Parts: sequence; C-alpha cells; structure tokens
Amino acid sequence: MSHIKEKGMKLIFMIAACTSVLAVFLICFFLFANGLPAIGKIGSVKFLFGKVWRPSNGIYGIFPMIVASIYVTGGAILMGVPIGVFTSVFMARYCPKKIYGLLKSGIELMAGVPSIVYGFFGLILLVPLIRRLFGGTGSSMLAASLLLGMMILPTMIGVTESAIRSVPESYYEGSLALGATRERSILFVVLPAAKSGILAGVVLGIGRAIGETMAVIMVAGNQPRMPQGILKGVRTMTANIVTEMGYASGIHRESLIATAAVLFVFSLIINVSLSLLNRRNEHAD
Amino acid sequence: MQIETSAVWEGNKEAEKKNAFSMGIRLQTYQGHLGSRLLALLVVAAAMLTFAMLAFLIIYILVKGIPYLNMDLFSPVYTSENVSLVPSLINTLIMTMVAVLLAAPIGIFAAIYLVEYVKKGSRFMKVIRITAETLSGIPSIVYGLFGMLFFVVTLQWGLSLLSGAFTMVIMVLPLILRTAEEALKSVPDSYREASFGLGAGKLRTIFTIVLPSAVPGILAGVILAIGRVVGETAALIYTAGTVAAVPKSLMGSGRTLALHMYVLSSEGLHMNQASATAVVILLFVLVVNGISGMIARKIGKG
Repeated sequence: MSHIKEKGMKLIFMIAACTSVLAVFLICFFLFANGLPAIGKIGSVKFLFGKVWRPSNGIYGIFPMIVASIYVTGGAILMGVPIGVFTSVFMARYCPKKIYGLLKSGIELMAGVPSIVYGFFGLILLVPLIRRLFGGTGSSMLAASLLLGMMILPTMIGVTESAIRSVPESYYEGSLALGATRERSILFVVLPAAKSGILAGVVLGIGRAIGETMAVIMVAGNQPRMPQGILKGVRTMTANIVTEMGYASGIHRESLIATAAVLFVFSLIINVSLSLLNRRNEHAD
Repeated sequence: MQIETSAVWEGNKEAEKKNAFSMGIRLQTYQGHLGSRLLALLVVAAAMLTFAMLAFLIIYILVKGIPYLNMDLFSPVYTSENVSLVPSLINTLIMTMVAVLLAAPIGIFAAIYLVEYVKKGSRFMKVIRITAETLSGIPSIVYGLFGMLFFVVTLQWGLSLLSGAFTMVIMVLPLILRTAEEALKSVPDSYREASFGLGAGKLRTIFTIVLPSAVPGILAGVILAIGRVVGETAALIYTAGTVAAVPKSLMGSGRTLALHMYVLSSEGLHMNQASATAVVILLFVLVVNGISGMIARKIGKG
C-alpha cells in the first residue's frame, strides 16, 4: 500500500515538474500557430521591415515598433547601467552594515513596485516635466527611456552586487598591497573580474526593458511611426499589442499576435545569451 | 617618523571602528589621489541617486494620492460617479487567491521532484531549468496574448477571472519553483539521513521533515508571487477583462486593482482617483514586501 503511495506521489511530483515544459510548449505553439500565418500572408520581409503600420489600409509593417523597442531599451541601458553598476559597487563594498539591510530591502521594494505604478509616476511627473523643459507633448522616447532606466535598476543591482561579491578577496588585497588606492582596487581590479556577472545583469535588464508594457504605454506617446528624435513619441512592440488588440480582428489581430511572437523570439534570444554567460561564469570558477 | 605613521594608522583604525562609514576620514587617507576621491564620490552619488529616486517615487505617489482616499472610493458598487475601487479590490483578492492556490502546490511539488528525486545534472533537470528560465523571461504581454488564445478562446472560458488566474499561474510558476527549490536545497542532508535512519519512507521524510524546515523560504517565494499577481496589468487586460464589478462566478469578467488604475489613467477623466488607487496598490506591495523580507531575514538568522 505504502509502495503505491510512494510511486503515486512521485508521479504527481513529476507531473508538476513537467508543467513548466508544457507551458513553454503551449505558449510556443499558440503564438506561432496564430501568428505565423499572418506573417506568411503579409510576407515576412514586408512584416518585419515594412516601415508603415496602417491597419485600416491593410499595411502591416512592424519595423517602426521594433526600432522603437530597441531605442527605448538602449536609452534605458545608457541611463540605468552606469547608475546600477556604481550602486552595486556601493552595496557590495562601501555600504555600512548598519544601513545595508534597509537599503537592500529598498531595492527589493523597487523591484516589487508594479509597472503600472511606475507608469503612473511617469505620466504625472516625468511627462509634464519634459513638456515644460523641452516643449512638445512630453510623451516621448526620453520619458520612456528614463522611466525604464529606473525600472531596470533593481534587476541589475541584484545580479551585479552578487557578481562583485563573488570576486575573491585576494584580488582586492593584492591590489591594495601593490599600492593602489581602495577605489582603484575596487573599480579597476575587482569590477573587471566580475564583468561577466555584470554583463548578465545588463542582459537581464534588457529583457525587462524590452518586455515592459504598461509603463511604456503610459509615457511613450504611442505613435506608430519611425522614431524621429528623443523628444518625439514612439510606439514599442508591447504597446502596439495592448493598444490595438482590443478592437483588432482578422489579419490585423493575427499580425498583432505575430508581433507577440517576434517579442517572444527576442526574449528567447536574451535567455540564450544569458545562459551562455552563466555557463561561462561557471567554467571560470 | 615611524611612530608618526603608525599613530596615523592607529588613528584611522580607531576612526573606522567608531564609524565605518565616515567618508571624510576615508577621503583624507587618499590625499593626493584626486582620481580616487572622485571615484568614491561617484559611487556614493550613484547610490544616493538610486535611493533618492525610490524614496521620491513612493513619497510622490503617496502625497498625490492620499488626499483623494475618501469614502466614495470605497463604496460597495462601482458607478462612473464614485469610481469605487472596492469591486476591483475584491477581484484582486479572488484572483490572487485562485492563482496562488494553484501555482504554489505545482511549484512546490515540482521543486520537490527536482531536489529529492532527480539526480543532479541530469538531462531532465536541465530541461526543467531551461524552460523555467524561459518562462521567467517572457514579457507579461506575451503571457496575456497566450492566455487570450488558449484559455479565453480555445478553452472557451471567455474573458473571466479564471482565465486571468490561470495565466497568472503560469507567470508566477517559475518564481515559486525557483524559491522553493532553493529552500529545499538548503535543508541539510543530515535531516533526511536521520529520518531514513529511523525507518521513515521517502514520502514521509519529505512531508514531515524536509518540507516543514523549508517552509519559511517557500513562503517568502509565495508572498513575492502574490505581489506579482497584485501588480500585474498587461497579462490581464485580454484574459480577465475590464468589467468594473465583482462577477457572479469565476467565469465572469472583472478588473483587478492594477487594471482599474490603468483604465482610469488611460481614460484621463479620473486622475485623482487613479492616484488614490496607486496608493492602495503601493501600500499593498509595501506590506507584501515587508512580510517577505521579514521571513527571509528570519531564515538568515536561523
């Protein structure tokens, strides 16, 4: 009797473990089965590299959205990475023990704040600020990049800090012994030794930024055209899906699903590069 | 001369002991190293900027929203006049409960299988690991579309709390799986050996020895998952729908708080109420994070 119970529970555990495999399989299947036909009908080159998105006229080119996603993400990285790396250095090396716990939970809180709240913050503060400072509507690539730069900070800091901490203390001590100052030792000896971990943090940040939806929708302006400057509005792939899915039908709807499939491929690429990076880290140890 | 330097050194040590973070003293030790001094300032400035942004975000949302937290907002039924958030709040609770009650057992069981049954480094483990990582990297809007295609259309559940909850299950599964796995791994092998030595079977060992000692870690993960569900918007727009009422059953459509806030702020008519809703969400997240952090610290100490 107990033998059957053991076997039965083992089977249940195994089925539970297979759920994530099943989920990935289903997601792949449904996205591609519903999205690929549209790409076929529109033509893959026309769909991916077409510069005009005008569903009312039957023109479906998502190139402006792809470019916008990449630009906005790039902007977020430009802003977030330096601040993130320096903050991680602070957390790993400078932070006094007394306030470390507080700051660490601050970063966790920053990661836990929902994107809709970030978006709202951007909408009521960043957008009017940019409007007042630079003119225009304020809903712009700049606003989206700034907001995303802030949003990827906790993701990056978490990974980068542990990468810095995992560098052997002997590197630091050796550098100090050679007469380098504390800062030189940390920033030019310890930090380079942690570079693949830091890179992993950056890649995670890219993943978060490119997939971010609600915050971007609220501040980026959502004009489906090629980006025309950092103070002009853009529409990212994620925003495109949410904005139009509500009323789309037929090939329009399918092309939005195809956009999600493209986004899915982006996230796969990011994941693969992440696991390659992590593998390199493991080998280095 | 020698005495002097050693005195300085002693002095520094003393000062460091007294206040490990006295930037001024630290800077004095680098006299003549302007570059280093600048770098130190840069590091501190970056950290201050990060935490200033966080503090500003929270304070700004609270200041903007708290004045508009009034009784109207908490009337039991939503009308376009009172813009009540109560139905959305109830929907959020239902959605979170259903999603977490489903995702937690699956995630914990999967973690048990990975930690207790599968050989380390086996192919099966690698496959699960890769798929879990893939899942955690997928943007939430992609989950939303998948949920729409699978639960809403293919399974014909329609726009409903159930479709939304199942989408959430898949979304938080990797999070629960990973934290539960870590928690189970950190249970010392001697516990298991002692249990086996006393004649307990594998299953009994897992449920009476391993799982109870891993509870705090698992709980911390589950609570984080609750936070994710409460804050999620993009994945719910096209799965749970945006009806501003509590549905009669799980098969009915209803908006959660985050979705409520999105609808309000995108309509642009009720920005003040949206601010107030933001406060409620933020407080919720603060509490959730606080609890999860408290549990995590308890583990760290124990």
